[in-house]
Amino acid sequence: MSKLTFNRKQNAANAFRCLGLALVALAVNSWCAAQQTPLISGGVGFFTSTNGGNTTYLPIMEPLAAMPIGKHFLLESRAALLESFAPTFGSKAGYNHTHFIGLTYLQGDLIVNSHVTVVGGDYLIPFNTYNERLSPIWIGNFQDGPLIAPLGVFSSGSGVGGMVRGNAIRRNSYSIDYAYFYSTRSGKEQFQASRGNGGRASLYVPDKRLEVGLSYDRLLQGTHENFYGAHVWWEPKDAGFRLRSEYARGHHAQGYWIEADYRTQSLGGLESFWGRIEPLFRMQQTFRRDNVVSDGLPAVNTQRADFGLNYNLPHNTRILTSYSRQFSSTRNTNIWETGVVYRFLFPAWKGRQ
Amino acid sequence: MTYYQRLLQASAVTVLLTALVSSAQQEKQGKASQHDAHSTASTYAKASNQAQQEDGDKVFQQHCSRCHTAPDGFSPRISGTVAMHMRVRASLSEREMQALLRFLNP
Repeated sequence: MSKLTFNRKQNAANAFRCLGLALVALAVNSWCAAQQTPLISGGVGFFTSTNGGNTTYLPIMEPLAAMPIGKHFLLESRAALLESFAPTFGSKAGYNHTHFIGLTYLQGDLIVNSHVTVVGGDYLIPFNTYNERLSPIWIGNFQDGPLIAPLGVFSSGSGVGGMVRGNAIRRNSYSIDYAYFYSTRSGKEQFQASRGNGGRASLYVPDKRLEVGLSYDRLLQGTHENFYGAHVWWEPKDAGFRLRSEYARGHHAQGYWIEADYRTQSLGGLESFWGRIEPLFRMQQTFRRDNVVSDGLPAVNTQRADFGLNYNLPHNTRILTSYSRQFSSTRNTNIWETGVVYRFLFPAWKGRQ
Repeated sequence: MTYYQRLLQASAVTVLLTALVSSAQQEKQGKASQHDAHSTASTYAKASNQAQQEDGDKVFQQHCSRCHTAPDGFSPRISGTVAMHMRVRASLSEREMQALLRFLNP
């Protein structure tokens, strides 16, 4: 084992130890409120992905902990633990495995009032919607994130520093939410972040169930790059239909995705056999603006169509299946994915009744 | 016993019986009106609870289920923590958080 690897593991272990101690110490304060017992939530899943004939297996667990301290402060964190089994080629044909354990975010939220919440720590960057709202494995409809997901989130997906968020205007007919963040540069093993700032503003019309938002952020290290984003979500009331879309533009590439899913309510409701079936479709495209491939998007213009069929079992379990066809000038591929995800949610300890 | 004494006794028994019957009727009416009062209060409470539930359901539909479905069920001990988490994620006001809390923990 190299010294570097050892140090990384030691840093990771120290980070988790500190987190554990902080959680235990702060938990004592939250004992006072009966309904505010700290919780452990998250998802555990097993995924397979066959891309161009090669199948990888991915057991994964994403635990989330949330701990209120009084009425105005919330400490929350999410982590990812996974083991990836991928085929190897050449003289030693077989399977190799790698593992990863890391904090996705660790943040403290100070709720000042309905208009202002101050967030500090390692937080998910509020650019467009996928990173903050759809990336947990128990929420996302597809096993894979969209191709443009790396744009605007500074590689690591999280920032270290502060964020202010809340609703700017809240009326019965519409509301406007905002988020502004500033992140400093961090090279710590569990808290990788780049220096940058930016934010998001979104308009929501509850009667139409329509959400429209704009995002912008700027990288303030190395080549100072600007990222622009826009999203539109439409989820008609009591229709079982959802349409979500995002567009993102970076310095070297841009792209979009549109996703639609449907659950019928006309054959016995959402909890019936037929109501639990969820067909999905997602269309996405990426376009290179130059030949600098530093943003995680495909190296050439790419089109992809994803066809999914999920089944929502009782007791918080979902079966995800999808077939994707990806077209690019280098190669066209078929991607078959299957998975099962269980969502858990329970008190961290007994607490008061 | 003279005729007048018998008449007096009969009158006394009649008055006593009348008083008893009247008392019983009054008690019955009292119970009935008390029941009516309880029933009215209960109806108001039920209507109020239903309104609060509908308010909480509306908050859940408009804010939480935009991203995810409701979990199958969880301990009421963490409903406050869940509501607080959603307050940060969905920028809920204090009133909306309370409505959501009542919806999660009726």
